[in-house]
Amino acid sequence: MITSGYADIIREGLWTNNPGLVQLLGLCPLLAISGTVINALGLGLATIATLLISNTLVSLLREHVRPEIRIPVYVLIIASAVTAIELVMNAWFHGLFLVLGIFIPLIVTNCAIIGRAEAFASRNSVPRAALDGLAMGVGFTGVLVTIGALREIVGQGSLLDNAQLLFGEWGRDLRIEIFPQEHGFLLALLPPGAFLAMGLLIAVKNLIDARLEARPIAAPAAAPETAPTQS
Amino acid sequence: MARLVVRDVVITTLLLGLFAAIGTAVVAWVHAATEARIAENRLQMTRTRVTQVLEGLDYDNDPVTDYHRVSDDRLGGEDLPVWIARRGTEVVGVALSAIAPDGYSGDIHLLVGIDRTGTVRGVRITQHRETPGLGDDIEVERSDWIHDFRGRSLGDPPIERWRVRRDGGVFDQFTGATVTPRAVVRAVRNALLYFEANSEELLALPPPEEDEVLIIDPAVPEIPDHVTPTERLPEAEPPGELLQ
Repeated sequence: MITSGYADIIREGLWTNNPGLVQLLGLCPLLAISGTVINALGLGLATIATLLISNTLVSLLREHVRPEIRIPVYVLIIASAVTAIELVMNAWFHGLFLVLGIFIPLIVTNCAIIGRAEAFASRNSVPRAALDGLAMGVGFTGVLVTIGALREIVGQGSLLDNAQLLFGEWGRDLRIEIFPQEHGFLLALLPPGAFLAMGLLIAVKNLIDARLEARPIAAPAAAPETAPTQS
Repeated sequence: MARLVVRDVVITTLLLGLFAAIGTAVVAWVHAATEARIAENRLQMTRTRVTQVLEGLDYDNDPVTDYHRVSDDRLGGEDLPVWIARRGTEVVGVALSAIAPDGYSGDIHLLVGIDRTGTVRGVRITQHRETPGLGDDIEVERSDWIHDFRGRSLGDPPIERWRVRRDGGVFDQFTGATVTPRAVVRAVRNALLYFEANSEELLALPPPEEDEVLIIDPAVPEIPDHVTPTERLPEAEPPGELLQ
């Protein structure tokens, strides 16, 4: 992994080692906040920002932090970054902040973040660590938004409902109604819907990987490395 | 050897302390930079809600800065803020905060606007955890149900008909959800009963002193849109904190 190029870092984060689908890290927010696209996108953006900041800082300080205290220092960096992001969201995205509630501070406990700090950022240069944070964050957000879209369509027959929380007043017009909400499938909005959507998504990914591998001239084998500390 | 260990411990401790100090400093700086805007957001949110439940009343003060705290079983809580709408010195209406303790999943927080004759001017749900798609029709964004309370008072309908239809009252329940509207109807009725019993004191509440006006602490707890019951961790938001 140390020798992998920038393209590999991106591919790792978005697909082969996706935090949501392969490492299965950070499932708590992934399942809990993916009821609508906008909620998912809001939390996803906050997670990207956190990963970017924490990976960059951890990489920057990697020569100066003694190994015995590296985990507390990572936790400090991540907690400070998340708290700052929480305050900024409270100030400029107040509506979204209220919807996401406890899940913004809970980003601190998303093990995808400390996992990347320990497994990648502490051993790589700043640009590579930053790119890894970005790629992992985007990969996570992609899964979050996909599940959000599935649940929102099936559950309430709309897409981008409440977009004004993220984009301001003009976001109201972004809402797409596919069918009236009364016909929505309630289960999709409730927690089991999140598990079902998640399972489907993982199955689809595995199916695609299997297809790719079966081809004669296969793309680089999608052998997911084992995830760092699960929790 | 022992001295080396001691040195190591000291250096490590100092290093960790340094990181903690830097982290705290960054957070403190961001906090200072966002504090005013966050307070403004909360105030704005409160103002929107309070204005909505006092709709149609003719007042010339800013109720958000003119509030008192009251405690009563009928309101379902202690130290709940009540916002006052005045014309000159005369109180023309109040926005009572109330808590319905018997929602389908936990407390439902409401704001009930009552004019001085005891007529409801508006009701808004400020916080709830009812089932999305079933119980959340109490939100004004989702259905017009909450407007049914407008113009009602303790005599209209008669007190024994302040119930949902299923219980012999005049208010609609929702398809598949009776518990939620029942709790809201009861809470609004109890708020009216409270107002009736205390209207003299409420209508005589003094305006704030000039230097108190800036205190904008009691924000209305806001609606967590589309957050299903289990998605909110109850321990994260104890009622006391919600009410500030």
